[in-house]
Amino acid sequence: MTDAAPTAEASATTLDARFPGAVTPDTRAGYSGYLVAPDKLIEVATAVRDEMGYDYLSSVTGVDYLADGKLEAVYHFYKTSGGTALTLKAQTPRDNPVIPSLVPLYPGADFQEREAYDMYGIRFAGHPNLKRILMWEGFGGWPLRKDWKEAYYEQDTKPFDSRWPGGHFRRSEEKSPFGHNVSFADGFTPEGWVSEAEAAQYPDISELQTGNGRGLHTDKIVVNLGPQHPSTHGVFRMVVTLDGETIVDLHPVMGYLHRNHEKIGERNTWLQNMPFTDRLDYLSSMSNNLGYALAVEKLQKVKVPERAEYIRVLMAELTRICNHMWAVGFLLNDLGAFFTPALYAIRERELILDFFEATAGSRMMCNYMRFGGVARDIPEKMRDENTMDFVNDMVFNRLPKAIDDLDEYLTENEIIRSRCIGVGVLPPEQAIAYSACGPLLRASNVPYDIRRAEPYSIYDRFDFKVCTRPNGDIYDRYLIRMDEMRESVKICQQVLRDMPIGGEIMAGKPAYNVRVPAGEAYGRVDGPKGELGYYIVSTGKANAYRYHVRAPSFINLTVLGELCKGAKVADVVVILGSIDIVLGETDR
Amino acid sequence: MTDPNPVQDLNYQVPPEMQSNVIVTSIDKIYNWGRRNAIWPMMFGLACCGIEMICTAASRYDLARFGMEVMRPSPRQSDLMIVSGTVTKKMLPVIVRLYNQMPEPKYVMAMGACACGGGPFKEGYNVVSGVDKFVPVDVYVPGCPPTPQALLNGLIKLQEKIDGQSFLTSPWYQKGSSEPIPLPILGPDLIDPRQNAIFHQLAQKQNEPVANA
Amino acid sequence: MYGLGMIKGFWVTLKHFVNSYTEDVQWLGRNYIDPEKLRLRQSSKGKGLFTIQYPNEKLEVPERFRYIPFLIYEEKDGKQEDRCTSCGICAKVCPPQCIWIVRTDDPVTKRPVPAPKEFYIDTDICMNCGYCAEFCPFDAIKMDHNYELASYDRTSAHVYDKAKLSKPLSYYASIRPTDYEAEEKARAEEEAKKAAKKAAAAKKE
Repeated sequence: MTDAAPTAEASATTLDARFPGAVTPDTRAGYSGYLVAPDKLIEVATAVRDEMGYDYLSSVTGVDYLADGKLEAVYHFYKTSGGTALTLKAQTPRDNPVIPSLVPLYPGADFQEREAYDMYGIRFAGHPNLKRILMWEGFGGWPLRKDWKEAYYEQDTKPFDSRWPGGHFRRSEEKSPFGHNVSFADGFTPEGWVSEAEAAQYPDISELQTGNGRGLHTDKIVVNLGPQHPSTHGVFRMVVTLDGETIVDLHPVMGYLHRNHEKIGERNTWLQNMPFTDRLDYLSSMSNNLGYALAVEKLQKVKVPERAEYIRVLMAELTRICNHMWAVGFLLNDLGAFFTPALYAIRERELILDFFEATAGSRMMCNYMRFGGVARDIPEKMRDENTMDFVNDMVFNRLPKAIDDLDEYLTENEIIRSRCIGVGVLPPEQAIAYSACGPLLRASNVPYDIRRAEPYSIYDRFDFKVCTRPNGDIYDRYLIRMDEMRESVKICQQVLRDMPIGGEIMAGKPAYNVRVPAGEAYGRVDGPKGELGYYIVSTGKANAYRYHVRAPSFINLTVLGELCKGAKVADVVVILGSIDIVLGETDR
Repeated sequence: MTDPNPVQDLNYQVPPEMQSNVIVTSIDKIYNWGRRNAIWPMMFGLACCGIEMICTAASRYDLARFGMEVMRPSPRQSDLMIVSGTVTKKMLPVIVRLYNQMPEPKYVMAMGACACGGGPFKEGYNVVSGVDKFVPVDVYVPGCPPTPQALLNGLIKLQEKIDGQSFLTSPWYQKGSSEPIPLPILGPDLIDPRQNAIFHQLAQKQNEPVANA
Repeated sequence: MYGLGMIKGFWVTLKHFVNSYTEDVQWLGRNYIDPEKLRLRQSSKGKGLFTIQYPNEKLEVPERFRYIPFLIYEEKDGKQEDRCTSCGICAKVCPPQCIWIVRTDDPVTKRPVPAPKEFYIDTDICMNCGYCAEFCPFDAIKMDHNYELASYDRTSAHVYDKAKLSKPLSYYASIRPTDYEAEEKARAEEEAKKAAKKAAAAKKE
């Protein structure tokens, strides 16, 4: 991160010089980037995009600086050609927070701004559809504001004093007169309450009555796909407006698995967040761990021991294989090849999970990485077999064969080809504009892989190819996953070849009350789903002040509506399957 | 006919002429054997536990050995709802509606800590602390997430429960139709229509002048 | 030729299908009896059927497997002696805060005594992360292997009190032999060091 600082500096001087008064460097201790006056934000962002080449808006989020009476929107810009971030911040008073929307410039800001509105109440002027996204329309309050308290609120930060030494067991339910997790304004009665939650999702009925211009008068219909639908990969919902079989309009509706990850994360101590990251993208907990560990290590400035770095990369890449196996299997499920490809894929995944379970203790919720290393070394034995023998056998023999097998099984299948080729095409410019990331972006012929563009951990040591595919349709998104699995196997093979035997796996002594120097950091990894970023703000205490997850599944969905327009109903689930989302991460 | 099983309608009296009826118990056996070996779960994964549920259905743990491989995407064709994951307030009306749409006899399994009692996310503002606050749960499987074998253990427990039921006393053969559970409303927070009285009590307390102040 | 891709696919499925029977033939009926075969079936070398006949045969959990925590007690002179000193580190480090501990106070001096009076874990909140075991300085709380915990009632069954949590040291040694040995060795070393220090101090006097 530090070696690339000069470029950021250079851009700063130009930005400073170009907008005197409107742009000032952020001089708070441990912070970087620039503060931008909200009324100049559009102007500055246009210059950032068009003149300086920061074409990729990675993350938008809010921070509540309660003591200063300010809400802050934080923007992270990147160049798809590689390099470090340009961070812009816009501050607005808490009692009337308005910031101009960046959606006209970067359509990828759409959902992220809606999320910031939902959580903080920041109104983004000029946003085309500024509604709540994770909570429902009509929910009382802005949950992530520091002075907003949930029904089971106990204390601002963990550990709670009621647990020890006088830890008399009490259920949180006792706190509420309703016996569960709700709180209402004083004097509220449910009579006369009209719920806006559902009505907000549907288009105006007048928009549905149209003729098709050929004398025939047809009505459009609105269909709900989800939240309980076998092909939405969880509890995701799409409100689809149809003209016959053709999709006119599609609005993703999410939040059905909004588990308040960030609110809980800001009560937690730094270490306590680690097992919660497992439950973000629950198919790839190891990479989630890695991303979070990297973000905190950035502030801590610790050096991770060599062996731990290798183990981390091995785990992250095996996770990618697991995830892509699952994604390919279930893409085929969505195509109608019900379960057979998925079964073959799950079998290989199960074997990798066995290794995770033996090493970390759990199949899915690994909770394996720590700040400065990993929790434990790889065990000597798993099920009476030498663990390294098992891993070697997997990486050198079984997985390459399994991938080839899957390739032979599916790639040339005519039904798959005719269903996938040319459907759901995402052109490269649009992919970048919509902040698409990971396999979705690379299948659209944009060779942007954070492992290469801004190498983290020890990825600069390995020889691997950044896979791209030229067409950006569903078929390419399937192929890119096969390619990436092969590259991952290649990386794993190099890891196993070069990994030092024995040695430290943790920098310093394991400690539970980690303190992190004050400041902000944005740590990101190229997870299996795409760019997984953690934006953290520390005040130097044991708990996170701000903890934001830039979830690839969430942001990749921004483009879903555009991809589906004009497609048929049957294609929608396949397009969704090819984006590969996990709801734990989408809704957090 | 004394059965320790708590699900039975305890008010129901077995008619005296039926009490020593051998036919009833043998029919029960056949009837329950059929039901326990053809439980169709709803294809309904909420969160992390849903993934373990899929793994349980896959080749390694193979739900088909229990006759449960026919996962139905529609509630109207399913016998068992495995609530596999965190139940959020936003999702709750949907879950209650799905439950109401399932035909009797229906069973609910709370899989994982979240569905049982809120789990690690219990303190969250959008999380329902236990699905059993709204729908009756038959079997609880703790764990975060329960491994496939733990889930299978829970399913076997459910089969045992079914074995203990009798068609004479089972509530779905009694007179009258079963009342659907009123749908929770997404208000400023989650409103449970069954709790309207509490709202009024609280509002009244609010309006009362503080007498002893 | 149109359809060749599909035929190739069928060929792969056929291979899988045939594979699932070849092992049955090779192992002639011992396929589901021999524990050696179960291990092979579940390893990276397995080719045929992958299924575990769950209630009849169980997939061994690895030593590090973690489910619900438990407390270790040692048996000394026929008395149960808790290892836990109620220092509260597990309650502090617990991410979802599912551990409640009441410290014992000496009835006379009112000073804390190193033993828990009450110890509760709400398994409906526990996320099986294993931090309590990882950071316990006394090796008093460990993660259990027992996952067969399904129940019909959660209000009574899912809050574990001290009696339900306590398990003997021998049980721990049986489920996690490697960890147990390493810890015992470290403890013995620590004791020896302490004894040496004491002896040295005594000599000085």
